[in-house]
Formats: sequence, C-alpha cells, structure tokens
Amino acid sequence: MTDAAITVEGARKRYGDKHALDGLDLTVARGTVHGVLGPNGAGKTTLVRVLSTLLRPDAGRVEVAGHDVVTRAYDVRRRIGLLGQHAALDEELGGRQNLEMFGRLHHLGARRARARADELLARFGLADTGRKPVSAYSGGMRRRLDLAASLITEPEVLFLDEPTTGLDPRGRAEVWSSVRTLVGGGTTVLLTTQYLEEADQLADRISVVDAGRVVADGTADELKAATGGDRVDVVLRDAGQLGAALALLPLTGARVDADRRLLSAPVTDRMAALSGVVRALEEAGLEAEDVALRRPTLDEVFLHLTDRAEEAV
Amino acid sequence: MSDSAHATSYALTDSWTMTRRELARWARQPVAVAVNLAFPVMMLLMFGYLVGGGRGVSGDYLDYLIPGMLALTMAFGLEGTMVAVTRDLERGVVDRFRSLPMTNGAILVGRSAADMLQSVLGLAVLLAVGYALGWRAHGSAGAFLGAVGLLLLFRFAMLWVGIHLALVAGKPEMVQAVQILVWPVGFLSNAFAAPEAMPGWLGTLVQWNPMSQTATAVRDLFGSPGGESGHVGAAVVWPLVILAVFFPLAVRRFARLSR
Repeated sequence: MTDAAITVEGARKRYGDKHALDGLDLTVARGTVHGVLGPNGAGKTTLVRVLSTLLRPDAGRVEVAGHDVVTRAYDVRRRIGLLGQHAALDEELGGRQNLEMFGRLHHLGARRARARADELLARFGLADTGRKPVSAYSGGMRRRLDLAASLITEPEVLFLDEPTTGLDPRGRAEVWSSVRTLVGGGTTVLLTTQYLEEADQLADRISVVDAGRVVADGTADELKAATGGDRVDVVLRDAGQLGAALALLPLTGARVDADRRLLSAPVTDRMAALSGVVRALEEAGLEAEDVALRRPTLDEVFLHLTDRAEEAV
Repeated sequence: MSDSAHATSYALTDSWTMTRRELARWARQPVAVAVNLAFPVMMLLMFGYLVGGGRGVSGDYLDYLIPGMLALTMAFGLEGTMVAVTRDLERGVVDRFRSLPMTNGAILVGRSAADMLQSVLGLAVLLAVGYALGWRAHGSAGAFLGAVGLLLLFRFAMLWVGIHLALVAGKPEMVQAVQILVWPVGFLSNAFAAPEAMPGWLGTLVQWNPMSQTATAVRDLFGSPGGESGHVGAAVVWPLVILAVFFPLAVRRFARLSR
C-alpha cells in the first residue's frame, strides 16, 4: 500500500495509428486535487476513461484506490465517482429518481438509496427541484445533479472530466464551489480541464498533458517558475515606437506584440529591471501607458509546454 | 474471481433496477407511450378500412390483416430498441452505468425486459382493438397463447438485432437510416397481401421474410385465412437463427465498448 490514490506507469492506448496515451506516467497523492491540463486531443479523456475502468489500456500499470483497473475493475468501481464531459443523467426522470436509481445500482438498498438521494439533493441545493424532470434543469443545476450522482457512496477517488465545459460563468462558479467543499472531506480529485484558470483555482498539483504523455508536472507556482520566472511588460502609447524601445531599453530576449503595443521580457532582478526600464523610457522620451512586473500566467506555461506553442504565439 | 462473484450476486437486482428505470420513464411520458401504442392501431384501421383489402386475400380481410399487423408491430419494435440504446450511449449514461459496481449485463437485460413488456402491451392493445372491431380468433385458447408466444419470440429476436445495430451505429442519427430500411422489410412480407398474388420473384422474397413465417404461423393458430399448417416450426426456427447470430454479436459488441 502506498500513499498514492492513483498510480499510472507507462499507460498506452492506441486507436489505429493514433496514440491517445503514449507511455503516460502519473501519481496522485491521497486527498489532493490533481489537475490534468492539455489541449483538445491530448489524451485527457482517454486517461479518465482508463482510470474509471471504461477503457482497457493496451499496456502499462494503472491503479486506482489501491486496485488494478483491469484485473480488479469491480473493486475500483466501488471506490470511484465519475463525472463525464456531458451530464450522464436520465433526462426524462426527475432529479430524485436519478439519484435513487444510481443508489440502487450501488446496492444501497431501497431505503438507503432514497435517504441518500434526499441528502444529496439538499446538499447541492436541489431539494425543491427533485421532482422536476432533468430536461427542465438549467445547465448549472444539471451539472450539480450529475456531480451528486457521482458522489452516491462518498468515493475515495473522484474523476471530473472537463466539469465546466459549456457552462456559463455562473454555472462554473457553482461547480467550483461544490468541488472545493468536496475536497474538505478527504476525497482525491482528478480533474481534467482546458481552462488554465480552473486548474489554477482548484488543483494542488497540475500535470500538463500533450500527445498522450505528461510534459510537465508540479504546483501552479512551480510550473510558472519553470517557464522562466518574472517578466516585465511595457505597453507603449504608440506602436510605432516599439522598434525604438526594443533597441533602447536594457532588456534581453524581449518579445514584441504590436497589436497590444506590448514589449515583454524576462527579468532576473525585479527592482533593478523596473527602475532601469523607467529611466530608459524617460531618457529616450518614449511614452508608456503601463510598465508592470508579473509572474508568467499558466497560459504561457501551457503554450510553452505543449506542441501548439508554435501555432499560437 | 471475487469480482465476478460479487457482480453476479447482484445480477437480478441490477436487472430489475434497470427495468424499473424504463417503467419510470413510461410513467413520466404517458403521451409518448400512448402514441407508440396508437401507431399500430392507426395502421390497422388504415389498412383495414381505408385500403380495405389485400391482393390475393380470400375471406375476411380483418381476419387476414390482424396477424400481419401483429407481426409488423413486433418487427417495428426494433426501431424503439435502437432509439433507446443509442440515446443512452450518446448521453454517456451507459458510461456511467459501466463505471458503477453493478452487473454490466443488467444494462442489456433491463433493456430487453422493458422492450418485451412494451411489446406485450402493444399486442394486447392491438388484439383488444381487433376484438372491438368484431375480429375473433377461431382456434383454441392454447393455439391463441401459442400465437402470442411466436410473436414475442420474433420480437425478442428483433430486439437483439436492434441492440446490435444500435451499438454498431452508436449515434441516434444512424437510427434514421435503419428506420427507412425497416419499412420496406416490413412491407415486403405477407402482412397486407398474399405472396401468391405477387410477381414470382417478389412472392418468393416475401415468403422467405422471417416476418412472413411468423405471420403465417399466427394465422394458422388463429384459424385465419392465409394460415398454413405446419408453419409453426419455421416461425420458431427463424427467430432462433436470428438470435443465434445477433445475440452473441451484440454481447461481443457491448464488451468491446471497453476497447
């Protein structure tokens, strides 16, 4: 027994000649939220499907909650909850009916399934809508009910596959706050997302996945630091002066974004760089709208690490 | 080993839960259920009174038509099965079920049980309407039950064809293509007209249609025109052959969802 809730070693899954998982390694500690970040088609959903016993990996060792997903699928299923990309609910049935059905399928027995359904409806603020058919629910409500359905037996490990894709900001906030309360209860959460903000907000650690493998791993801060530390951003009033600024300012490795009238460069000594830039701007008579020091965003980390960096920059 | 032992001990409970799920859906959508039941009745009335007769049919046309409509209703049940299975696949409901510690086979067993129940209901409604129109079965009670048994056996075979096609198609859009094909197959039978009155090749095709075998045997058991004695065997064998092919195909296809 280890302290890992999820262990993946060299997982491979091929469709035709496309490698959805190409020797992926991943370890997730118990009781943490782990973000899996990657562009579309990076293998995130395949990973979740393998972890939740829906897909058999072609090769590699995959253990969830201490059990092998291939040989001990039943033991894994008793300990996990799955929230897929689309709300997997019976649209024509009511919220309570859905939860009761899933409770019975978890073999809770009729009475406990009913009690659990009421409990979860109350916890997710759906108590008074339990009778309405799910098709009449809003996107956020549906997602909350979906989340409730994946929590019937307080799973040890919960998989959330792009839980907020397609939700409006309000629905997204609802789901985020639900996930946060969950984590307090000791559940291990693996969350895939395309939204860097989501990983930044929710995850203790993040794995960046591209082309079926993990290309970087760490806390949000570690990842940001690994991408090159602090930067100074200078926004000029006149884009025509960008060339002059590039030549005159005491910066190396600067990048120019003409549309945003922006000049951005990595710095080592934050304060010295800032005062140097301000002084150089004054001496050269260049008008700046904004000068700022900042950490790289996760977006930059992401673009830096994934193959699409070239296309996107 | 303990995996399967655990799982099978719940096989019945899970199958019942899945069947109940469908019953709950019916209770939620009474109009849809009514429309489904009314459709064959409408067909019966249309062909019985509007069209009013079939080529080469001697004797009372309602006597000939009702067994044909019963068989046709069973054949068209395939569409309902396909729609239900593809809908659950597409919505990801099947994935959620598969990630639960339930007997996975219960998903298919529940589907079959619910569809068979619906078919029993469909037969009852159609027979009741026939009765109200003055139609009577002329055979014994045993023969009557035998006929109902043959119809349900045929429906059971169509059910597994439907599950297999749905798993192959995967998407509800593909169901439309099958729906369009079900019609000619349903009508290229002896449901409405006698094959003897058709051009030779067409008559042969129609007689070979498994649905025609069932209809002919049911007519025989009801003592209706167009019945041929000794046809019950074919009406038993054909569905069993279809089942022997499509049941393992569907089960294999379902297992391959994890590929």
